[in-house]
Amino acid sequence: MEKVVFFDSTLRDGSHAVRHQLSAENILNYCRGIDGAGLYVVIVGHGNGLGASSLQVGLSAISDKEMLLTARKGLKKTKLGAFLIPGFGTIKDDLEPAIDSGVELVCVASHCTEADITAQHIDYVRKRGKEAYGVLMMYHMASKERLLVEAKKMQNYGALGVILMDSAGASDPGMVEEAVKFLSKNLSVTVGFHGHNNLGLAVANSLTAIESGAKIIDGTVRGFGAGAGNCQLEVLAGLLTKLKIETGVDLYKIMDVSDGIVAKIMHKPQEIDSVALISGISGVFSGFATHVRRAAERFGVDPRDIFVALGKKKMVAGQEDFIVDVALELANKKAKDQDLSF
Amino acid sequence: MKKVKVGIIGTGNIGTDLLIKVQRSDILECGIFAGKNPDSSGIKKAKSMGVKVSFDSIKAIQDEPDCCEIVFDATSAKVHSFNAPILKQLGKFTIDLTPSQIGKMCVPVINLAECLNCDNINLVTCGGQAVVPIACAIMKVHPETEYIEVVASIASKSAGSGTRANIDEYTQATKDAISIFTGVPKAKAIIVLNPAEPPILMHNTIYAKIEKPKIEEIAAQVMSMAKKIQKYVPGYKVVLGPVVENNRVTTMVEVVGLGDFLPKYSGNLDIITCAAVNAAEEFAKRKILKLRS
Repeated sequence: MEKVVFFDSTLRDGSHAVRHQLSAENILNYCRGIDGAGLYVVIVGHGNGLGASSLQVGLSAISDKEMLLTARKGLKKTKLGAFLIPGFGTIKDDLEPAIDSGVELVCVASHCTEADITAQHIDYVRKRGKEAYGVLMMYHMASKERLLVEAKKMQNYGALGVILMDSAGASDPGMVEEAVKFLSKNLSVTVGFHGHNNLGLAVANSLTAIESGAKIIDGTVRGFGAGAGNCQLEVLAGLLTKLKIETGVDLYKIMDVSDGIVAKIMHKPQEIDSVALISGISGVFSGFATHVRRAAERFGVDPRDIFVALGKKKMVAGQEDFIVDVALELANKKAKDQDLSF
Repeated sequence: MKKVKVGIIGTGNIGTDLLIKVQRSDILECGIFAGKNPDSSGIKKAKSMGVKVSFDSIKAIQDEPDCCEIVFDATSAKVHSFNAPILKQLGKFTIDLTPSQIGKMCVPVINLAECLNCDNINLVTCGGQAVVPIACAIMKVHPETEYIEVVASIASKSAGSGTRANIDEYTQATKDAISIFTGVPKAKAIIVLNPAEPPILMHNTIYAKIEKPKIEEIAAQVMSMAKKIQKYVPGYKVVLGPVVENNRVTTMVEVVGLGDFLPKYSGNLDIITCAAVNAAEEFAKRKILKLRS
């Protein structure tokens, strides 16, 4: 993998932005449009990956299998990918049927300090003859030395690359440069970067990652994704064209998909609202946003306060149930403060 | 009264926590604490307690079968699939604490009596021990429940290498246990390892999808179930609910550990080791001591 390649998470991260309500029609239209546009893989599914459709993080409109089979129909030239967080999906119930449905590449993700839970799944994907990549989520929470230890585990399990995921959009270019350079220098497999736009830096951080040695950029068309959204792939592709960095992406084609298809799937334009901004500052997973808003409304507290409290508690993706706990705690505190004021 | 001897295979977090609880029992005592790693902190702990140790794992019991009558397997699902037939041949009552799903699934508060007639019982997972009884309590009021989902969050520090290597079996076994014990048509289990500092307590959420739930009756069943569990797991506590929103019944339970081997946040150890000791004590009382007298 010499040139920079794009992993397309539009139909995975974008799922968060529409509360996991992507329809079969959305998926088919998108895949037909994007097929052959020069992206390395199109990753499809629930925002939290295979087997994640749940009351905890949100139910998908259609099953994983239907999503994957639909995408498979629309993709002739570009690979079909899936995402899996061990603990959400299992090999028997989720990974095996996904590969049977035509998935050719799987990103196996864990929190940045917990890579040893990805061993069984990376191994399974490789044994089935498919490509496996490791993803270290919330990478901003660990030192570069610790990231290397965890990334090396994934490399040993058989991952063909390790992607640093800035799940909270908490990165600045300096942080990206430090981590990506260190990993690129010390790993024998490729390094990738998945940015979020909470601080308005997703494209800039992705460019920094490339300049620091990353060969995989994971992003979404039109920035469609959790929280403030992702690195907008067509923007980065345009920028790289200007900088004469080879990507093999058909710029007009990806732009057409962005305007003609993704804009229609989105419920609203991707923006950095105050909740997304505060989640970036607090270093909390962007996917919490809709749950935080709901809890804030239910308990009559400021969603920004919930994010700050979640950040202090270092909550990680998958702990959506704690949001209610935190909101309730804040509501009780507010009631107590009001009592005292009389 | 002469105590009944037990063997423990696996000297990780679960095996060592189990050892401390066994040595406190009025009925049980540890005859052999066998692992593979001579440098593990579990082995050091056992030595300091004056317990006989071995680095030969299962072979220690094969070489000296009289060292124990009951065997706890706290290794990994893969190792237990190797150990299980050997223990069966040796005629040892086996309590498996790995998510191997080889023996009969046992959650003491639900089905201990029938498990005592089996030669190998499986304690599902720590998450399974925490949530299956609550799911059963809910199903008792609403047998028509369509869907049950459980989420277990465990402090990263309390999940040892075995748990991590078995994350897939762990998730699958927890889900399968919900289906098997409750008969609910659709079940799901989610496991999250949380690296937060200071470490979080073991936290479990149980969601049930029920049309028009009778929340007061559910609450009564859940609380009475929690009381029964507290008899063998003192730190087990319902911390939220059951509450209902849009036909979704939510209950949260936490388990505070006794702090025997790892600190109190490791309730995930206690919930399964307490269940294991409980099963072993009952087996010893009913099947061994009764015959002796």
